[in-house]
Amino acid sequence: MTIRTTMDAETTITKHAKLLVVVLFVSFVVPFVSFVVALQSRPQRIVSLVPALTEMLYAMGAGPQVVAVSSYDEYPPEVTKLPRVGALLDPDTERIISLEPDLVITYGSQVDLRAQMKRAAIPTFDYRHADLRDILLTMKALGARTGHSAEADRAVAAIEARLAAVRARVAGTRRPKTLLVFSREPRALRNIYVSGGRGFLHDMLEIAGGDDVFGDIDRESMQASTEVLLARAPEVILELRPDDIPEGTPTQAELASWSRLASVPAVRNRRVIFISGRAVTVPGPRLADTVERMALALHP
Amino acid sequence: MTIRRRIVTIVVAFAAVAVAVVIWAPTVGSTSISLSRAFDSSIPWEDNVDAQIFFVARLPRVLSGAIVGAALAAAGVVLQAMLRNPLATPFTLGVSSGGALGAMLAIALGLDLGMLGVSSVPIASFAGSLVAIGIVYWLASSQKRGLSTNVLLLAGVTLNSFFSALILFVQYMADFTESFRTVRWLMGDLDVGSYSPILAALPFLLAAFAMFAVLPRTLNLLTMGEDVAAARGVEVIRAQRLAFLSASLATGAAVSLGGPIGFIGIVVPHLVRLMVGSDHRVVLPAATLFGAAFTVICDLAARTIMAPLELPVGIVTALIGGPFFLWLLVKKS
Repeated sequence: MTIRTTMDAETTITKHAKLLVVVLFVSFVVPFVSFVVALQSRPQRIVSLVPALTEMLYAMGAGPQVVAVSSYDEYPPEVTKLPRVGALLDPDTERIISLEPDLVITYGSQVDLRAQMKRAAIPTFDYRHADLRDILLTMKALGARTGHSAEADRAVAAIEARLAAVRARVAGTRRPKTLLVFSREPRALRNIYVSGGRGFLHDMLEIAGGDDVFGDIDRESMQASTEVLLARAPEVILELRPDDIPEGTPTQAELASWSRLASVPAVRNRRVIFISGRAVTVPGPRLADTVERMALALHP
Repeated sequence: MTIRRRIVTIVVAFAAVAVAVVIWAPTVGSTSISLSRAFDSSIPWEDNVDAQIFFVARLPRVLSGAIVGAALAAAGVVLQAMLRNPLATPFTLGVSSGGALGAMLAIALGLDLGMLGVSSVPIASFAGSLVAIGIVYWLASSQKRGLSTNVLLLAGVTLNSFFSALILFVQYMADFTESFRTVRWLMGDLDVGSYSPILAALPFLLAAFAMFAVLPRTLNLLTMGEDVAAARGVEVIRAQRLAFLSASLATGAAVSLGGPIGFIGIVVPHLVRLMVGSDHRVVLPAATLFGAAFTVICDLAARTIMAPLELPVGIVTALIGGPFFLWLLVKKS
């Protein structure tokens, strides 16, 4: 009887020990091993050819992993110290390969570059900007790909919260008919490029509480003629200017070109507003700033 | 019918078509407007959308289309006769690529040369054209025997290629959005948005057309060869200089106004020759008028076919003009 009891006790101890090992394994060893594996598979040498995605990488804390950027990158300031490897139309393949990257971020149309990277066994992350939702999803996907899922999710949540705040602030207000201009010949009403009813600029305008005058055009952008601008009669003209001109109401010289369209309500009521700065047309993490500024301009 | 009467009849017929087109074109567009409202002076200007669409958007556009078309077609006639080369165009002598280079530099460098309501791009474009005219003229007149058409042609074509390479270089170095704007400029655009660029181009165009007016008889003789022309009392070198300068000036002014709109300068002269024969006393005025009407029609198509989107006019001139010219060529032969 005693012997059996001892044996039972021993069996119980063995069982407990096994259980303990399993628990320890599950709670410490598995996370540790997967952390080490993740650390090893997390790209350590990223080359980014898309300025908006470079900004995303820095926003999610992957900046130290970036080893080279495109010729057009200028934000955050740290990137100016990094090597430049060409851009959309002229990626310097040789230089990219020589940097021994373990991830190259390419734009959708860079088909040849991706084929070359594949031949060199270098993984790529492909991106093509479309609407606002795509930009935020890309940010999450990039986070997952570079080992910064949590930070990327947090950054996206922060942007979404700011956008939601803007939405809430403008809800219930009258949405003015708005023309969103993103390119124009200086001092003239020629070569005016505006947002159509699709794409991130249109989405940003909608969130900021504007009613896009070209919302019915199923394109991301279009060239608007003088006649069409007069006919669509926007109540507000928001001009996104990547050059660093003074914010807000434009100077007389700049306003002079618009003043030719005297019947347009925006011109008549002096509601031509410039939103300036290098970030304003970049589909990256700083878009929430632009949306907030657009909302302030539309609903002061 | 006497020759003089024939010339007058044909020119009057072409003029009637051109005038009709220029009067009709501003009445149609992507938006329907009420003409009676547009011309009603009792409505304040700020409230009269119809008047603004008519006078601010369409009229300057139609006028610049007519001017650009007339200038390019006339320049084409003059250069084809002077160089005795049916493939010569207003763009052959490098004037257009000089103008394009000027425009590219203004866009890419963000130059601020704007004055008198005219923005930097047309001013820089015209300056570029003048530089090209100067270089070609200097090269061609440095020959001992005066202006050599061979040197003129070779210098022009070479300068054209050289400037085209510089244009590509500027585009390549430019920022992405600027690069897009430069490409768009090269497709031609007549939506000038005000009368200032037209008024700025007008003195140069008037000077060019004044020179064109004395050329037709000389061109008839020049097409028979320089020796024949000289034997018939033409001062060949002086005539060639006049032809070169007038055609170049017209091209430079037209390009600064509407961009390098292709096709008109090469095809309109041939098209008109197929219709009226080869006497320059008829061809030059008829091509000028036909060029004006043709360009206005093409621009009307450009601004209405896909409205509110619009097509670059340079694409439309070739798409409409190409098949029309081939049809006429086959029918006549």
